[in-house]
Amino acid sequence: MKAITANRLYDGVVLYVGPNGGFVERFEQAALFDEAAANAELEVVLTRDTAIASAYVIEADASGPIGREALRESIRRYGPTIRKDLGKQSEAANERL
Amino acid sequence: MYRYDEFDETLVRERVAEFRGQVARRLSGELSEEAFKPLRLMNGLYLQLHAYMLRVAIPYGTLSSRQMRRLAHIASVYDKGYGHFTTRQNIQYNWPALIDVPDILDELADVEMHAIQTSGNCIRNITSDPFAGAIAGEIDDPRVWSELIRQWSSLHPEFSFLPRKFKIAVTASAEDRAAIKVHDIGLRIRKGADGERGFEVMVGGGLGRTPYIAETIREFLPERHLLSYLEAVMRIYNRLGRRDNKYKARVKILVAEDAAEFRRMVEDEWARSDKDSLDAPLDEIRRIRRHFTPPKFDRLAAESEAFDAARAARPEFDRWVKTNVLPHRQRGYAIVLISLKPIGKPPGDISARQMDAVADLAERYSFDEIRATHEQNLCLPHVRKDDLFAVWRTLDAAELATPNIGLVSDIIACPGLDYCDLANARSIPIAERIAERFADPEEAADIGELKVKISGCINACGHHHVGHIGILGVDKKGEEFYQIMLGGSGGADASLGVITGRGFSSSEIVDAVERLIRIYKANRDDGERFLDAYRRLGPETFKEALYGDAAHH
Repeated sequence: MKAITANRLYDGVVLYVGPNGGFVERFEQAALFDEAAANAELEVVLTRDTAIASAYVIEADASGPIGREALRESIRRYGPTIRKDLGKQSEAANERL
Repeated sequence: MYRYDEFDETLVRERVAEFRGQVARRLSGELSEEAFKPLRLMNGLYLQLHAYMLRVAIPYGTLSSRQMRRLAHIASVYDKGYGHFTTRQNIQYNWPALIDVPDILDELADVEMHAIQTSGNCIRNITSDPFAGAIAGEIDDPRVWSELIRQWSSLHPEFSFLPRKFKIAVTASAEDRAAIKVHDIGLRIRKGADGERGFEVMVGGGLGRTPYIAETIREFLPERHLLSYLEAVMRIYNRLGRRDNKYKARVKILVAEDAAEFRRMVEDEWARSDKDSLDAPLDEIRRIRRHFTPPKFDRLAAESEAFDAARAARPEFDRWVKTNVLPHRQRGYAIVLISLKPIGKPPGDISARQMDAVADLAERYSFDEIRATHEQNLCLPHVRKDDLFAVWRTLDAAELATPNIGLVSDIIACPGLDYCDLANARSIPIAERIAERFADPEEAADIGELKVKISGCINACGHHHVGHIGILGVDKKGEEFYQIMLGGSGGADASLGVITGRGFSSSEIVDAVERLIRIYKANRDDGERFLDAYRRLGPETFKEALYGDAAHH
């Protein structure tokens, strides 16, 4: 399966396309697509949304990003694996990295 | 320190106003991301994995306390309370919001700082010796020439669209503390045969995927001709540097293809050039030089009783003095290095509170001067020996007194996959774990000088090619692996490390480093550094330690 991730324009925060086509901040709320649907949705996002700085398709299943870019995308999901006193990496979920 | 004149001030303010307009148009949707990206990069603003990153220029690594306090203020108000010093004497903020960046740039402009020349295919921020004006044996103050090059190169219309980025470093000592031989141009100030001052000009050094040590293309250039000669080098590069392949676009590729031909072309270009109009007028050099007049040092005794007594009474202070304090050229003074490598923390990171502490110390004890080093540490260049104990106590209270300069835990590491969009593997956690393994200061002191440098990808921001032990993170089918290189040096005896063999997993790499150190300790001569032992013993001894019999299969 695939998900669509982005960085928000005004602050760079990691986003995912959610079930209703809007953006969500947490992967748990991200929509999963098959490959064709993901590519079609990405096209829609890129043409419709100017409030993002980047957007692309990632491999994912319900548990999170998978495949070759799983580590990179997990770090984007949970925050850096260092300075665990700060930001979203301070949340317990980061222990999974 | 150099102070902006009205032209510098106007240029920087106008640039901020221009960028404010560009950000507003991007946020309103008027500008596409494609159109906006090169504009933000020209102002030092990158997009990383989690957020934007703003890289602020610190020309040749010099800062006043006022500037440092402003950097602290920016970290607290606009970021997550910290900044990160880089291998090019700059500072990076990892979490600024795009909407705040014009305000940040205005705050920087208030203290004569900016983010121009920190990105893009232009001549980047000039780097130099962090001990300039403080260390004995300098031929001249390299900051004078660094500042001249800064002014000449800032928004130079002919060189703002180069084939690729271009880095210049200047030093004036026999010892190289600016890694000049791995820069596009390295300038070493030296004396000519008749005592005249000038430059040895080295071109074509660099790291990245194809590392090279720079070639000397001119043994001696009279100092008055610095700008016309740099102009000639830049013109040849701008004309012939490849624009079709970014991996072959740096000047090092041209020089490596045929250094003699490159030299001939530069010399021809220079011979033809109108030197009178290109070289800086003597008055202007004198004007700049006045900004770097040495501070009014007190006349002091060479030795300080208070200092000696404190060393005898406090072993932790004595240990710190041994590693972090260096002789000053002025009697009764010392150079203090502030380690930004506390054990188990990200190399180069500094909190806003710590920045303020350093600013206070500089103001009170070091003629208001702070330097950033390319090894991601800070320096107070002019401290009275009498004041060293007080300085140490303040640093210690601020968790800035790690006694490890030049030792195994004084690691250079790029931000790596924890932040960087280009990285293939994490660097900082490896640096943290190596430092933790050698946390015992006595053991680290016994190991002696050992430069460990870690990059999270082949772009080599962590200078792994010039580490005594270099570590390169690679991605192997989605897993982090770390290759080891040995025998590199970024100093006057510059050399490129040689890869040892297969890489190590994240869980193996710290043990591998420990095996290298163990074999060094078992084989070293008295007082022999790791690098010298490696050069004497050769790679096989160390490969054997890493791979055992496997090295021979």
